[in-house]
Amino acid sequence: MEPLSWTQIILNILFQFSPVWIALIVTFLVSIVYKRRLGLYGKLFDSTIGMIGFGLVMFWVYTAIFAGVFDLVYTHDPLSQVSGMKNKLPGEPLRSAEEGEYAYYLLGGDNLARDVFSRMVTGSWVVVQIAPLATLFAFMVGITLGLPAGFYGGRLDTFLSFLANLILAFPVILLFYLLVTPEIVQTGIPNYMAMVLFMFPIIFVTVLLNSRFYTRPTLRTPLLAAVLLVMFWIYLSVISAKGTVVSVLPSFLDLFDIPGGILVVFVSVVFVNSPTVFRIVRGLAMDIKTRDYVAAAQTRGEGRWYIMLWEILPNARGPLIVDFCLRIGYTTILLGTLGFFGLGLPPESPDWGSTINEGRKLLSIYPHPALPPAFALLSLVLGLNLLADGLREESLRD
Amino acid sequence: MGLFILRRLGVMLITALCLTFVVFFLTNLYPNLEKLAKTQGNFRMSDEAVESWLENRGHLQPMPVKYAQWLGVLPGFVNELQNGTVLGKCVKPGMEPDEIPRFCGVLQGDWGFSTVFREDVSEILATRLGLTGILMFWVMVLMVPSALIIGVLAGMREGSRADRSLSTVSILSTATPEYVSGVIFIALLASSRYGLGPLLNDWGLIEGNAPFKGTATSAMENPTFENFFLPVLTIALYGTGYIARMTRASMAEVMTAQYIRTARLKGATFRNIVLRHALRNALIAPFTVIMLQFPWLLNGVVIVETLFNYKGFGWTLVQAAGNNDIEMLLGVSVVSVFVVLATQLISDIGYVYLNPRIRIT
Repeated sequence: MEPLSWTQIILNILFQFSPVWIALIVTFLVSIVYKRRLGLYGKLFDSTIGMIGFGLVMFWVYTAIFAGVFDLVYTHDPLSQVSGMKNKLPGEPLRSAEEGEYAYYLLGGDNLARDVFSRMVTGSWVVVQIAPLATLFAFMVGITLGLPAGFYGGRLDTFLSFLANLILAFPVILLFYLLVTPEIVQTGIPNYMAMVLFMFPIIFVTVLLNSRFYTRPTLRTPLLAAVLLVMFWIYLSVISAKGTVVSVLPSFLDLFDIPGGILVVFVSVVFVNSPTVFRIVRGLAMDIKTRDYVAAAQTRGEGRWYIMLWEILPNARGPLIVDFCLRIGYTTILLGTLGFFGLGLPPESPDWGSTINEGRKLLSIYPHPALPPAFALLSLVLGLNLLADGLREESLRD
Repeated sequence: MGLFILRRLGVMLITALCLTFVVFFLTNLYPNLEKLAKTQGNFRMSDEAVESWLENRGHLQPMPVKYAQWLGVLPGFVNELQNGTVLGKCVKPGMEPDEIPRFCGVLQGDWGFSTVFREDVSEILATRLGLTGILMFWVMVLMVPSALIIGVLAGMREGSRADRSLSTVSILSTATPEYVSGVIFIALLASSRYGLGPLLNDWGLIEGNAPFKGTATSAMENPTFENFFLPVLTIALYGTGYIARMTRASMAEVMTAQYIRTARLKGATFRNIVLRHALRNALIAPFTVIMLQFPWLLNGVVIVETLFNYKGFGWTLVQAAGNNDIEMLLGVSVVSVFVVLATQLISDIGYVYLNPRIRIT
């Protein structure tokens, strides 16, 4: 068979993404039709920049979901090597394609004769799974510590700010190199850090519900008990893994195991991100606590945590949502950095950072394995930045 | 002002001590030491042999004691074996037993010995920092003016078409981490088979097959435009967008101030308003941002030096961390922590100095 021409390659790639296009079109149509009823999300569709950003982000989110959950979009197994396809150029046909097998390497083959296109597509699943969740955890940590620091001030604030500045003064790469090396993983320090960091969502939700329903004990007690039970179970399943230092749950109770490498990467990304979130939340809390509605709540006799979580936090949501988008982008960059230095994730992992790292070794002779993941990462981060910009503009408008 | 600087210096000192202790703790955990023993001694050592190797060299003392010895506030570990050889922290190869100093820590200027480069850590640091200094200098020369110009041009007419397009450019550059832009630049400009190189050669615009070199190894002795521009551009690009956005925001804010309106009503030309009234006030905020950008540049330096194989400070960090070179890694961390803290201090002092409203109160 002849290799495909560039037009054919582009057409074939566009066709491979067809479930993504359909999902994107449906999302946009529904959102634009109902945009007046959808609050801040709907307003996004008034700004061109916001729409472009949202489109880029959703493109990768849908690609990740279709590839990761439904096994669509990608053409070959991202880990399997096909003989004779080493470093082949884009559009190269397989030597002996079997029945039902996709007959071309659309974006060529990499140094180990794997399909570049499929690796790029499946790589998005790694990012989409880790980046938003890690950012969310960082926000939980930052909010749970930042609100009291800003609200009470004083010694607590001095101490927590000192800790945050301590972590921020660390060059990120040095921290990664110190935390993610196999020797450190062997000592179990990341597992202990996970134990501490993963406590914060539980503390956050407990305080959130308790402060809200404190006056209605009949509702509060069963609700809290149920929520805590579920969260503790998940918490224990996450932190305990067989063969590591922390193995507290018997295996029949263990819901799922996170592969060691992923957990370490996750923990270090949360750890790096939370001090910045802490600083932002602290600043916002210091600003908002002087407002009249906070004084009104104090006069009404509301508890301090109620004021922090149900008066201050909702009023700080604008900047926090914008920062959340930006921070997912930053987390994506950090994940790429980890992959680029070959830290944490397994070396054959299709995530973009690792793929770029592998492709860079033969970059000036065969640029095609490194470029697709590079552009993928670029477009996702760009989308998140544009989305944050659009959200900022629209939330400032009212 | 003096008291402020003193307090800041105090906090800085405590931070530096805490951070170096954390690094010390993480690099001196038992698995690292075990690996050290095996690489220095013998790969097939038994567990007992590893233990006695470490014991003889003082690696198994309590962590705070070891840290104090490394700092140089406690006398260094010395141990005389039965056969008369003296082992210890302060012992260098080929040293007579009576020459061994009592203290040998960072405070005495003894940074230890690198197991990978087989050289004194302080000497390696000096040469590598020099190389990175050249890189940083050119990054600053490229980044700061271009970022400020983009920011001022975008911010002086908020909402105009120039503003929109320049803002998009700066968003694009903040979305491009160094390892992405570096890879794209190399593929586009430094590849002899693909990208712009062969095309430019066909048109007779350049001599060789590629306008730039994909590695900067030769730039260590002789930096030229050809081998040094791509690494500099790659680092500068990521920071440019961020500084430009800060400058734009600050410029846009200043342009709505009362005194700008007064100047406008007075009949000053737009050019004069921007250059003489707005610019100075608009540049206060970017100054702090530029200073705080240094720690980030450190990151960029590590990535770019690895990508372009430029053997400076960042490259050394990667080598030291990858090969379990404990004392080298400690030295690298001390320097980078110092850089971060020093830039924070300068940016605080500079902010106070530049802003009369804070300086006077």
